[in-house]
Amino acid sequence: MLSNLGNILLFINVFLSVLIIYFASQNIKTSGNSISETIYQTTLLQTTLIFGCFFTLVAAFITSDFSLINVFENSHTSKPLLYKISGSWGNHEGSLMLWVIILTIFSFFFLINNKTHPKNYRLFTLIFQNIIILGFLSFILFNSNPFTLISPAPKEGLGLNPILQDPALAIHPPLLYIGFVGSSIYFSAAMASLITNYSEKFFAKSIKNWVLISWVFQTLGILVGSIWAYYELGWGGFWFWDPVENASLLPWFAMTALFHSLIVLEKRNVLYFWVIILCLLTFVLSVTGTFLVRSGILNSVHTFANDPNRGIYMLSFLCLMIFSSLFLLFKKYRKNNYNINFNSKETYVLINNWFMLFYLLTVLIGTLYPIFTDALTENKISVGPPFYNTVIIPVVVIFLFFMAIGPNVKWIKNKFDNLISLIIIFILALIINFIIVYFFKSFTILSNLIIISSLFLIISSLIDLKKSLEKSKFDLARIISHLSFGFLILFIGLNHNFSLEEDFNMKVGDTKSFNNYEIKFKKLEVKNFKNYKSLIGDLEIKDKKMSQIKTLNPEIRIYESPSTLTYEAAIKTNIIKDYYLTMSNIDRSDFYNIKFQKKPMMFWIWVSCMVLAIGGFLRVFQNAKSN
Amino acid sequence: MLTKKVKKRASFLSALLCLSVIAIFIILKSLSSNILYFKSPTDIKNVQDLNLSKKIRVGGMVKKNSITVKNEEIIFIITDFKNDLKVSYSGTVPNLFSEEKGVVAEGKLQDKKFFIADRILAKHDENYMPPELKDIMKNVK
Repeated sequence: MLSNLGNILLFINVFLSVLIIYFASQNIKTSGNSISETIYQTTLLQTTLIFGCFFTLVAAFITSDFSLINVFENSHTSKPLLYKISGSWGNHEGSLMLWVIILTIFSFFFLINNKTHPKNYRLFTLIFQNIIILGFLSFILFNSNPFTLISPAPKEGLGLNPILQDPALAIHPPLLYIGFVGSSIYFSAAMASLITNYSEKFFAKSIKNWVLISWVFQTLGILVGSIWAYYELGWGGFWFWDPVENASLLPWFAMTALFHSLIVLEKRNVLYFWVIILCLLTFVLSVTGTFLVRSGILNSVHTFANDPNRGIYMLSFLCLMIFSSLFLLFKKYRKNNYNINFNSKETYVLINNWFMLFYLLTVLIGTLYPIFTDALTENKISVGPPFYNTVIIPVVVIFLFFMAIGPNVKWIKNKFDNLISLIIIFILALIINFIIVYFFKSFTILSNLIIISSLFLIISSLIDLKKSLEKSKFDLARIISHLSFGFLILFIGLNHNFSLEEDFNMKVGDTKSFNNYEIKFKKLEVKNFKNYKSLIGDLEIKDKKMSQIKTLNPEIRIYESPSTLTYEAAIKTNIIKDYYLTMSNIDRSDFYNIKFQKKPMMFWIWVSCMVLAIGGFLRVFQNAKSN
Repeated sequence: MLTKKVKKRASFLSALLCLSVIAIFIILKSLSSNILYFKSPTDIKNVQDLNLSKKIRVGGMVKKNSITVKNEEIIFIITDFKNDLKVSYSGTVPNLFSEEKGVVAEGKLQDKKFFIADRILAKHDENYMPPELKDIMKNVK
């Protein structure tokens, strides 16, 4: 029943998209500057129905309707309600539904929120957005239909991967998808702007909030994913430069470059084509990311069930998108004569863009390189973290200095009259750096440079904050985001350099001593839970210096459907550091492998990333207020 | 004669070009020194010039009854059913590391028969096999 309902709704949605494209193209021909009511109504109906479609799927998951293959494969009656619901978008078919919903919502809100802009520009945006919607709807219908039936209907589902039964991972896809898919709207708007020759200032005004919103959600999505990786994967790290993670980072770089150069376009009316290229690039990278993740072409530790047909469909969709946008771009490209002074804010924004593109290129090459070597030479290779660290970290040092100086540079033509204060800030950063190094007693040249440059950014942002508070002229959003980015890099640097890691093979009752710590394996318990059995270790960690004792309880969980083992790390967080403990059994022995890690500043890494996103939100509110 | 503006722009563009060439060069240079090759025990046996200083990944099945645990290390044998490779590893073994299951280890070769791993790659579910491993298994069967 739900299957029929879902399928009908899907078909109606295809029909509505076609109808909207038709109405819009009719409406373009008419004179006047108002969009006909029918288009508004159809778009509203489209949005409502796609929600209906999605809730049908969620309902199927909640009621455990196993006559749907998708529910059968990804759900189980014994699963908690929250994970039944999140299971609906945790799989490939469901996540495509999420794609289409976000495409539709953004299309609807862009249409109703930009009434001051010319009719044809808005209508073309609507048309392009609906072409993308159609593309994904047909992908769902012909290749990945979540409403496909199975007969006879099984009594019990196969269950969701237990690693995915996690609150962070339940909200991770929606957050990331708002970022990913949200970039579609400025792809469409850029195409529309090229066609209607609606350029410059007002185009920048119409899309800037959309770019910021998608950027904020992308940031939060990456954050939640990292937190999940940190406590669930049991390595103690939060970023592994894994292809799947890189796929989410690529559009993030493009978005960051984009909203910085949008400021220039809005203020100074230059860089129009550059902005267009970034708009197109962001969405192309989002779809590329989805393609890489879903086609299974890359070897990643995060595996998704995959199927080559999906890859081919997505690849052809991607090619179509790239070629049509390139075609339009070259057709409409005209040389615009802009004059940018070397020493001006415009140049500094461009410098930001170059850095972003450099990072983007590095990550892109690192991610795609294994595919090419595999195809050309049949050598199986992988590109690990050392590549990214050696290329990106030294560049970040320079980048942070520019990030500190840039915001205070004047438009058009600048004079450095604050050179002395910059030198003072630099000396201050140096002093604090040496205090930190003295305190922790271990350092490398690179870590010093990272700490100095991030402190430089932090101090200058703090001074900006003080100045703007005095003048009560607020650029709070920028200051907060730059400040928290400085802190983010600082904490990552500290975390990276001052982590401690020890491994032991231990039996129950053993005690081990290392550095200032003593670790004791007290006992092992077996407990039964609703959908898994758990082996819980009881370990005591003694900090000899502080004479503090902490008890940690790492777990080994045995899930039944599907039968899977997972290791749950035990983490004790406090303001300064995390203790991170994992336990794993070793085949055919009484030994347990215990891995102890001390991770300084973990909590603050999450906080600064959170604040970075809040800065973006603030800017959206400021923009909305000033309109 | 070039005007001042044109000159300025030319120097600007050439600087940009130089920078991007340097950037690409740095990226590719460190790429070539940081890639990890994936080998099976048979590959290692057949290779002529053995590079012991470079990190590699080896993959195959953990041989039955081959895991021995000592206080500080775990020793096991990776096999692709033709050739074996002894691996020593000290550290946390990931989910589902067990005998007669697929495994990928990262580290350095000591000689053609002995490998010291510093990382065992984690996997999410027991049916998953890394694509590289799948190819190896296909060749064997």
